[in-house]
Amino acid sequence: MSISRRDFLMSTLKVAVASALPLSAFKFLSPAEAKAAVEAANVRWGFIVDTYKCVGCGFCVKACKIENEIPYDAPVTRTWVERYLILKDGRMVADTPLGGRDGFTELKIQDEVIEPKEVAKAYFVPKLCNQCENPPCVQVCPVGATYQTADGVVLIDRTWCIGCGYCIMACPYGVRFFHPVYKVAEKCTFCYHRISKGMKTACVDACPFGARKIGNLKDPNDPVTKTIMTERVAVLKDEYGTKPQVYYIGLDENVR
Amino acid sequence: MSSHVLRPLWVVIGVVALILVARYLIVPSDFGIQERGFMYGYHRKSNEADWKAFKVKYQTRKYCKDCHSDKYESIMSSKHKIIQCENCHGPAIDHPEDPAKLVVNKSRSLCIRCHAQLLYPRTQRAKIKGINPEEHNVGMECSMCHNPHKPDMEGW
Repeated sequence: MSISRRDFLMSTLKVAVASALPLSAFKFLSPAEAKAAVEAANVRWGFIVDTYKCVGCGFCVKACKIENEIPYDAPVTRTWVERYLILKDGRMVADTPLGGRDGFTELKIQDEVIEPKEVAKAYFVPKLCNQCENPPCVQVCPVGATYQTADGVVLIDRTWCIGCGYCIMACPYGVRFFHPVYKVAEKCTFCYHRISKGMKTACVDACPFGARKIGNLKDPNDPVTKTIMTERVAVLKDEYGTKPQVYYIGLDENVR
Repeated sequence: MSSHVLRPLWVVIGVVALILVARYLIVPSDFGIQERGFMYGYHRKSNEADWKAFKVKYQTRKYCKDCHSDKYESIMSSKHKIIQCENCHGPAIDHPEDPAKLVVNKSRSLCIRCHAQLLYPRTQRAKIKGINPEEHNVGMECSMCHNPHKPDMEGW
């Protein structure tokens, strides 16, 4: 058998190129898979809280606890509402009884009755997971149990979490806690089971006053995206560099 | 090489092999680096589907509308139209199969979430008609006088 120098080099090159191609390059996606891949890349969930609209009824907290099976009477919750009063004498008082689960029904705050005439300004601030673009809670997980999905939601794998609690310490917003039943870290999922079916989160649906809204930040025609782009919004603890994706309208400097 | 060097070496190799086999058996095949990279996306991919499969409980008023159209229309023509049916009637889940009947929450504590008067300046709360729950007909259910679907004193 004889082979010319040119043929030998050509076939060597062909084999090298062919073997460099991974098998995955030849994988055909079904139309559904291709559509899902494109859609997933076109979604980034974001949230707006309008503190001017919140009246502190706590329906959001109640709905969240029931929807997400968080033990109702345990002192833990995925979302909560805080009441802030800035008094005319300059003092600031804040509380969140049971996370605002049963609403705010009395003038008593931190064992002190404060009459509205003493109040200079007051507001209710609903809080939930900020689904940060740079989530510090995910970075510290030693086992890969918590992670961010392609559409920006930070989730916890309950079967994989070892309950070390690093993430609970790492979250600057205090949104994580131990689930009393599953004994693993727990947090707001933006109701991933609802938003992935085209529904709104349980808290957004439960709010009678439109103080909470969820939308797709990659869609420029989404009302939530429009509000964030055109109105004055702020995020919590911007200085931490976590890039929260829950935006607040009317956020006061006293809110922590 | 003498056997007193080789023997512990075989033990070490055996332990490493054992760990690798255990890792292969325990770690799910879809565990690894996903879309958000190693820092944020290192996880078991199928867990996303687990969360998506979580049971929806609050079905919103669209779910109630067709069968309970009379109740739907009465609430939608009142000031309480902003409140979801399920906020008072409880989550529908798979109603009418499961649960067959929803239990309405008629307690005072439900109404005073909004209607306990808090006249804080510049809040929307101060604009809601409210009462002092410690003085206003203590011990009575609000719905004895006020119809939640027609929330004024002429409701009954």
